[in-house]
Amino acid sequence: MKQFRTDLHIHTVLSPCGDLEMSPSNIVSIARNRGLDIIGITDHNSTKQCELVWKLGRSSGLTVIPGCEMTSREEVHCLGLFEDFDAMRMFQSFLDQHLIVIPNKPLLFGYQLVVDEDENIMEEVVNYLGASLDVSIEEIEQKVHELSGIFIPAHIDRPRNSLFSQLGFFPPELKVDALQISKNTDEAAIRKEFRISEEITVVKFSDAHFPDDLGKIFTIFEMESPSFGEIRKALHGVDGRKILIPSPSP
Amino acid sequence: MKVFELVEELGLKVFSGHKGLDREISGGYVSDLLSDVMGNAQEAQVWITLQVHQNVMAIASLKDLAAVILVSNLEPQENTKRNSDDESIPILGTSLPAFEIAGKIYQLFNR
Repeated sequence: MKQFRTDLHIHTVLSPCGDLEMSPSNIVSIARNRGLDIIGITDHNSTKQCELVWKLGRSSGLTVIPGCEMTSREEVHCLGLFEDFDAMRMFQSFLDQHLIVIPNKPLLFGYQLVVDEDENIMEEVVNYLGASLDVSIEEIEQKVHELSGIFIPAHIDRPRNSLFSQLGFFPPELKVDALQISKNTDEAAIRKEFRISEEITVVKFSDAHFPDDLGKIFTIFEMESPSFGEIRKALHGVDGRKILIPSPSP
Repeated sequence: MKVFELVEELGLKVFSGHKGLDREISGGYVSDLLSDVMGNAQEAQVWITLQVHQNVMAIASLKDLAAVILVSNLEPQENTKRNSDDESIPILGTSLPAFEIAGKIYQLFNR
């Protein structure tokens, strides 16, 4: 088994709240320089920047998992991660079908840009990506799992847009692969506060919106190789694979 | 005032939980954050919300609320309706948005 520093919750310049410096090439070079092995690209309700980050990652030895941070109709934020671009594209159609249409106001919400590797603007997404989908968290989870993806409710400790803030307690019919907690949090305290069963894996990711946030917060995945299948196995503790949240550095 | 009286007075739709229509109402609470309702709603209040998730009924039961009113023509999920029948806490519906239905109920309680 090897250890991989993993951060599966990162925004690019496509997210309205993502810094303009979060271009695919910047993200890949900073992630690599700061010692990350595996990153997930999870813009709000869109997957349109994933493929380029994956491509740039491949040529510099960084594993990139395509994904998305979805907003359910209950306004719970949750992560979907996909094994390949076929699954990701099918999920993109689901997003296109269900995102509530609100035109973006860039000066208010921020720019939503798809850029190329030289940071030329290829597309400005016109509908506000911070809006919610018109489907429940369970319907989103089922879609992600139908596409053999990984489903992780995001920053569950936060007082807004989290599983517990929006829904009060863990919904009985929801099937998660893990729960993500925020930086500067303590896993044991959160497990106690929200009564999270020991059977559910907890991971800590950065939710980075700025270059400065990259590389500081990660979870160590102890597994055979940096592949999607191994990530899923590690999240479920299959055959000795493990998840380790490093203690915060002083 | 009882739940069935409120239904008649305001022409509300009854989706489920008919056995609870004779519950007594103490007042109302408006919120779409379930964690907030868990913390702050009081027993026997009617809860006005746009949330249709199954957890709504679990919280209504936990807080022993009189009824849940869904606004703006929203409809409960199937499992939410089932839970409402099991708990005998009615789910009611209105075409009005939260501001207007809350205003009408407030008037009924203060006339």
